[in-house]
Amino acid sequence: MVALDEIQKRLLKEVADLHSVPEGAFNIRSNSESVARRSSENIEIVSKTEVSGMDIHIKPGTVNESVHIPVIMTQSGLQETVYNDFFIGENSDVLIVAGCGIDNCGTGDSRHDGVHRFFVGRNSKIKYVEKHYGSGEGSGKRILNPATEVYLEKGSCAEMEMVQIKGVDDTVRTTTAELAEGSRLVIRERLMTHGSQSADSSYIVNLNEDHSSADIVSRSVARDESVQKFEVRLTGKAECTGHTECDSIIMDNGRIIAVPGLEAECVDASLVHEAAIGKIAGDQIIKLMTLGLTEREAEEQIISGFLK
Amino acid sequence: MLELKNISFNVGPDGGTKEIIKDVSFRVPENRLCVITGPNGGGKSTIAKLIAGIEKPSEGNIFFKGEDITPLNVTERAKKGIGFAFQQPVRFKGINVIDLLRIASGKQLSVADACGYLSSVGLCARDYIDREINANLSGGELKRIEIATVLARKTSLSVFDEPEAGIDLWSFQKLIDVFRKLRSSIEGSSIIIISHQERILDIADEIIVLKSGTIERMGPKEKILPELIGTSSAVGNCKIAEDN
Repeated sequence: MVALDEIQKRLLKEVADLHSVPEGAFNIRSNSESVARRSSENIEIVSKTEVSGMDIHIKPGTVNESVHIPVIMTQSGLQETVYNDFFIGENSDVLIVAGCGIDNCGTGDSRHDGVHRFFVGRNSKIKYVEKHYGSGEGSGKRILNPATEVYLEKGSCAEMEMVQIKGVDDTVRTTTAELAEGSRLVIRERLMTHGSQSADSSYIVNLNEDHSSADIVSRSVARDESVQKFEVRLTGKAECTGHTECDSIIMDNGRIIAVPGLEAECVDASLVHEAAIGKIAGDQIIKLMTLGLTEREAEEQIISGFLK
Repeated sequence: MLELKNISFNVGPDGGTKEIIKDVSFRVPENRLCVITGPNGGGKSTIAKLIAGIEKPSEGNIFFKGEDITPLNVTERAKKGIGFAFQQPVRFKGINVIDLLRIASGKQLSVADACGYLSSVGLCARDYIDREINANLSGGELKRIEIATVLARKTSLSVFDEPEAGIDLWSFQKLIDVFRKLRSSIEGSSIIIISHQERILDIADEIIVLKSGTIERMGPKEKILPELIGTSSAVGNCKIAEDN
């Protein structure tokens, strides 16, 4: 692996919890170039030729293996769109760790748009972890616009954990999913915005066949002057179950918009949406203060628990 | 240990027009268990909140171990050694039982120690330690966890606001044991319990009867309790069973 500087190492740790070269297959992209890559016997990583990005082929029956594809950007003003496609063979069970960290100390906006497509084969299971993080004191913005498409074949399952806690100025997240018979989608989104940041997260999920299910839970905190929008459209086209939940804490002069959307096209579709926006309850803070925490410590404790 | 001197508490617009507490004074020395009883709406819970610092008195002073703590906020009083169990426990999304017990104890409490606190309030510890303190817990479970957090603090003064509310009869007996043990486990510690349950009054050293914001009477249990039996200030077991 090429030598990474301290900032790059810190970003890698933040987004992928990596201290050194990971086990299994991986690709590390730094400032628009692949700086380290390894395919494994069952997971092959190939560069795309027409556009920037990779095809990741996971052989059928690959179990208990992982692939890490972190992206780090430290050059101010860098702007890129990257297309990564994951082809997951039947009867597999793999962990995919993505994530992007931007450190922008300059004046130009840095932007990474990651377009990820997942083709999950029959009876396969993936766990996808994506962390977004920004740092740096420059006036240039740190912008991340992830687009995620998930195609779940019969009996497959995708568990997706998407976290953006700190430092990203602008984000537009779009996630779409198409579910076949007996497939399952679980999404846990955690979002915190502060300063004058804005985050827009939208989901379009189609439960196309019988016994498919989706569970989408977003927990978010909007502080300072930041603005968030959460929009979901869950469509049940067969005998299926769908649940979406948007639970937000609003602080300071933050603004949160939650737009739930459920659409049933089949009498046996069972769809539920829950949404709640509110400030931290005063009695929660007082309770923690009676345990010896200061008001500020109590607030931090409540938020970190909420976003855990 | 604790002294309330001429405490008044008013609420309402412009500094308060309605008197909730009127010129209340009393002392709780070391090694005492004091129960504050009286009819509903008499100001019992307000007294508890005034001691913890959740409410500030309109007049009067509160002394703790000789120091005037009237200007101190909730955190500062907690750090001085005042514990407080809420009448209606608070729920937290994402905070587990063990997290709260660790915050309460102020240290990286071991799982075994945390389990000890839960067992002492009648909860099967292993089932609860990693549970989130959210709406999935029943009122009685939350109440017992609330009491466990106060036990974990090991404070020299512990204030319990109606600890028996929502607790079944079997656990109620256990609760009585908890108060007895708590008292003997911390040298020189005192307990104040807001309650009108006869069995809790029965373990008191001192009883204070609060009515319409003033102390109607106070004194040793032996003197006060017989006068209260049969009134709304000393409710028997049958009433507890009905309440639950």
